[in-house]
Amino acid sequence: MRFGRWSLRLAAVALPLALAACKGGGGAGDAGGEPAKGSSLKIGAALSMTGAAATYGQSQKNGLDAATEEVNGGNTLQGVKLELLVEDDATSKEQGINVFQRFINTDKVSVIIGPTLSTTATAADPLAQQARVPVLAISNTSPTGITDIGDYIWRDSLTEAQVVPGAVKKAKAKIGFKTAAVLYGNDDVFTKAGYDVMKKALADENVTVVDTQTFAKPDRDFSAQLTAIKGKNPEIVVVSALADNAAAIVAQARQLGYSGPILGGNGFNSPAFIKNAGPAAEGVLVGTSWNSASTAPANQRFKELMQKRGVNPDQFTAQAYSGVLIVAEAVRKAGFKTGRDDIKNGFAQVKDLDTPLGKFSFTPTRDAQHQPAVQQVKNGKFEIVQ
Amino acid sequence: MWQQAINGVFLGAIYALFAVGYALVFGVLDILNLAHQAVFTLSAFIALAFVAEGNMPLAIALPVSLLAAGLIGVGLERVAFRPLRGRSDSNISGLISSLAAATILEAIALQIWGPDVHRFPQGTFPDKPLHVLGATVSALQLTIIAVSVALMAALTAVLRATRLGRQIRAVAESPRAARILGVDVDRVIAWSFFLSSALGGAAGVLFGVAFNSVSPDMGRSVELKGLAVIILGGMGSIAGAVIAGFALGLLEVLTVVQLGSSWRDAVSFGVLFVVLLVRPSGLLGKAAIREA
Repeated sequence: MRFGRWSLRLAAVALPLALAACKGGGGAGDAGGEPAKGSSLKIGAALSMTGAAATYGQSQKNGLDAATEEVNGGNTLQGVKLELLVEDDATSKEQGINVFQRFINTDKVSVIIGPTLSTTATAADPLAQQARVPVLAISNTSPTGITDIGDYIWRDSLTEAQVVPGAVKKAKAKIGFKTAAVLYGNDDVFTKAGYDVMKKALADENVTVVDTQTFAKPDRDFSAQLTAIKGKNPEIVVVSALADNAAAIVAQARQLGYSGPILGGNGFNSPAFIKNAGPAAEGVLVGTSWNSASTAPANQRFKELMQKRGVNPDQFTAQAYSGVLIVAEAVRKAGFKTGRDDIKNGFAQVKDLDTPLGKFSFTPTRDAQHQPAVQQVKNGKFEIVQ
Repeated sequence: MWQQAINGVFLGAIYALFAVGYALVFGVLDILNLAHQAVFTLSAFIALAFVAEGNMPLAIALPVSLLAAGLIGVGLERVAFRPLRGRSDSNISGLISSLAAATILEAIALQIWGPDVHRFPQGTFPDKPLHVLGATVSALQLTIIAVSVALMAALTAVLRATRLGRQIRAVAESPRAARILGVDVDRVIAWSFFLSSALGGAAGVLFGVAFNSVSPDMGRSVELKGLAVIILGGMGSIAGAVIAGFALGLLEVLTVVQLGSSWRDAVSFGVLFVVLLVRPSGLLGKAAIREA
């Protein structure tokens, strides 16, 4: 018994030491199986292709595919080919962890893109941090709990904290409200984080919150909450929800006779929201990271590419597409090396890169930095509010 | 307040309709049919297929999917329950095999329709909001309440006044005694499953229509609620399930109004807990001792 415990302890100390020794000798490429210069760069993308966030996953895959094809076709990486592996995280933490483990240990990717939801990222990203594999989040918008996991976690998506205050401000300037009611999903990291930001933004704009209601992801009936909200006569209803819930909430609010303005969080940023809410979506305001009306060449080029592929792009497509461009830029900055640490160091040097999102740089805390915008649903389409 | 009462009755009607089918099978077989929610889901998809792809009005799609749900129920009984009948542990093994059946049916729905939320085409139902005493009710909601009350009334009539109903009640009382009296017990059980699943299927269609949302996991949101309703109402009591269904719908809405929506499920299940402590047999349940 004693011996057993001792040898266990010894092993526990010796194993990391041995691993560290291996790493020291390895130079630029750490764990074995790293692709060398001039070969291919494996990108593992963990996307929600099924489950509650499937709407976003499909958009993201379109963006990743298009950008990978473009970068490889342009041959601007001195012979380095991008190899994109897409796996479904099923909108679940458990599946997200499985996919990450596969990417890290089996596929030995150089960089991971994703996962789609912040909730999944909080569970899966620590694995990558621990294994020293860089992660580029392309849609995690929770202000906290993502990039603060560690120095291998980066993102090109603006947080709710960067988008929502601007949206509230612009909506207030346009409509002029003094009271608001808030409805949010309290069982999801992203929708809860969105609520925290909304609460602060409304307070900063001196808007009185007359009622706050919550719901859970599996809910289909929101009439009790919406009736309570309507009874308080707010001048605007602010909602933090994923696209499926968002469509149902807006439709039921209109059905119950609420005709005032509605401002949505990032979850509303999907053509699927407009499609599913139908006419009820008209006039809904949404803050967005992607200014679809931007005339910058990078954005025009992106929209042309998407049109050719028959894809109706949304913010998630643009962020995914930009993510691959950022990885390619990181490879360039790293002198066309494709090791895990090369990519990570390359990220740090990305500056004012032209992407559909605008001139892109990372903040010192590895978050995204570019201009957000506000859009409104008009005739079944998102239009940028000037 | 009046609006909230209508919201509660509306929600309660669907809970009650779902739970009545649950209670019927439990009353007859003493087995919880956990595949009930899968039938609920499949039936909604079948109705959706008829409306969206077959271009049929809901007035035809509803009875057709009801019938389909009933037949799925009969198949379910044949495959998942009948082979286990007569075994000493049939309560537990039946529960487990129904869980397996639920998983299989859900996987089938997932294979055919995919994981996304599906919707009935815009404008499938004339959905005019009516204004009653300052509250807004849609014609659709009134129709749904009326249809579910009518179906529950029909079930009660079948159980009270028909030969089949008497046989179902006899089997519920004692399968052995019923068999001695010449009742074809297997046939009666199959019919119970037919009725139970048809009602569960109807609840699924109405739920899908009401919230215009059909997805392979839609059954999950009512599964636990349905269970709570039949426990609250008294296991196996049809009338109890109806009352408890409406009570739960109203209770949920009341909680949202009085305490806030975060408390909704906590209060619902808290009340369930208290009822079980004070009245272990449920609101209308008989005493737990049946066999001598």
